[in-house]
Amino acid sequence: MSKVETLTLASASPQYLAWLARERRGARIVRGTQLAILLAFLVLWEVLPKALIVNPVLTSYPSALWPTFLELLKSTPQQASILVHTWATALATVLGFTGAMVLGTAVAAALWWWNVLYKVLDPYLVVANAMPKTAFVPIFYIWLGATLSIYGMSLAISVFITILMIYSGFQGIDPNKIKLAQTFGATKGQILRKVVLPGSVPTLLAALKVNAGLSLVGVVVGEFQSANLGLGYLIQYGAQIFKMNIVMTGITILAIVSSLMYLGISWLEAVVMRRR
Amino acid sequence: MAAAPPKVELRNVNLRYFGLEGETEALKDVSMSITPGEFVAIIGQSGCGKSTLLSLISGILMPTGGAVLLDGRAVAGPSRKVGYMLQQDYLFEWRTILENAVLGAEIQGADMGKARARATALLTRYGLGQFLHHLPRQLSGGMRQRVALARTLCTEPDIVLLDEPFAALDSQTRLALSDEVAVILRREKKTAILVTHDIGEAVSMAERVIVLSRRPGRVKSDHAIRFAAAERPTPLAARNAPEFNTYFNRLWQELEVHVEG
Repeated sequence: MSKVETLTLASASPQYLAWLARERRGARIVRGTQLAILLAFLVLWEVLPKALIVNPVLTSYPSALWPTFLELLKSTPQQASILVHTWATALATVLGFTGAMVLGTAVAAALWWWNVLYKVLDPYLVVANAMPKTAFVPIFYIWLGATLSIYGMSLAISVFITILMIYSGFQGIDPNKIKLAQTFGATKGQILRKVVLPGSVPTLLAALKVNAGLSLVGVVVGEFQSANLGLGYLIQYGAQIFKMNIVMTGITILAIVSSLMYLGISWLEAVVMRRR
Repeated sequence: MAAAPPKVELRNVNLRYFGLEGETEALKDVSMSITPGEFVAIIGQSGCGKSTLLSLISGILMPTGGAVLLDGRAVAGPSRKVGYMLQQDYLFEWRTILENAVLGAEIQGADMGKARARATALLTRYGLGQFLHHLPRQLSGGMRQRVALARTLCTEPDIVLLDEPFAALDSQTRLALSDEVAVILRREKKTAILVTHDIGEAVSMAERVIVLSRRPGRVKSDHAIRFAAAERPTPLAARNAPEFNTYFNRLWQELEVHVEG
């Protein structure tokens, strides 16, 4: 129950029902347009190479993806199944952004706790965030080896922006809420646990969204260089033997992985924000 | 036997804020003494150090000179004797009404079962019994400020500090709620210190009004507010008493003087 009483639908006025119908039609139009754009894209991608307006060798086409996918499902002595590749990429991505969230929150909390630490590290953090982390892919490969270098890249690419975002979220907490806790004699640890962290949940979710995308980038770029496993490797391999079908199938699966992550984060957001 | 010490005493309190651009003298040589159960209002213009005074009494700020004493003992940090109501409710939007009301008890490590029972009783008395598990955003401004009052009283303080707690409310809610709060605090025999720049609020609620000068804040004058009626009228009734206008005008002139000076 909210402070404004909501009328039940049974007693709704005709004007309200009409308004509701308009709202719903509006929502359907948006959904329909989104689908139409996707469909138009797929049709163009199919028709243009078939009509030889663009070179099919360079673009492949959607109808070729499914047979390619089925072929890639089989594992051969030379090549693991595409499911294994997908799993490797997804796992590295999840490890990367989870690690970035945990590490980022911990570092941000330390910076909040010791203001001097923040003052000292601020320029380094900003520069580290601006550095193109992918430049380190070859070095990470040498330092960490094939698998760990990918996890490392996935973490490195997202951790600095996470620290900066979460720290600025901590700074954005209303100082009066902190003052309120202090009037009850709250310790610094209590202020962190009871005011700053719970008050920063929206920031944490925003950081997670940025993070998940960046980690996927880090993983794929890492796989280009160093792996014999993962979608990044598969795409690179496909490009080297000039099989655009493999490249496009890999990219399509990456798009699906991204969409699933987006759905997962939206679901998490809905669950967490229901209480606000 | 010596007389009981005052509930709250300030002895020659000075406070300076330091900044890179220089230092600001917020309070200068402030002394006052408040007896147990007294309801005192402190008025003065914006920036005269009124809120600073409350921060000093609550122990979240230490004076740069002089001493603040509660029950004859120097304040060294936030005390459980003191409850503080801020200018806005500052309810945590991620906590339910009941969870907000027990925040102080939770921070102070009190028995949570008892705290919840006390908070429930207080909230029910303030007409919020059916909203215990609602979230702050579902409540109106007046209801939210009542939750803040319950949160303050749930830790059972002897001294309640009120820092313009009605400033953010619309004028009707403001009158009704200040009436309620004054009645509640008197009934529970709390020592109360209200900071405001609203002369009417001060005269109607408090039995003593202290006027602070402009920055640096100093005690300019101290007025006892007495009504002819046998019993202290409620704030709303006090506004209709003949004495109200007399006090109001006297205080108005006090404040006016240093607008010019």
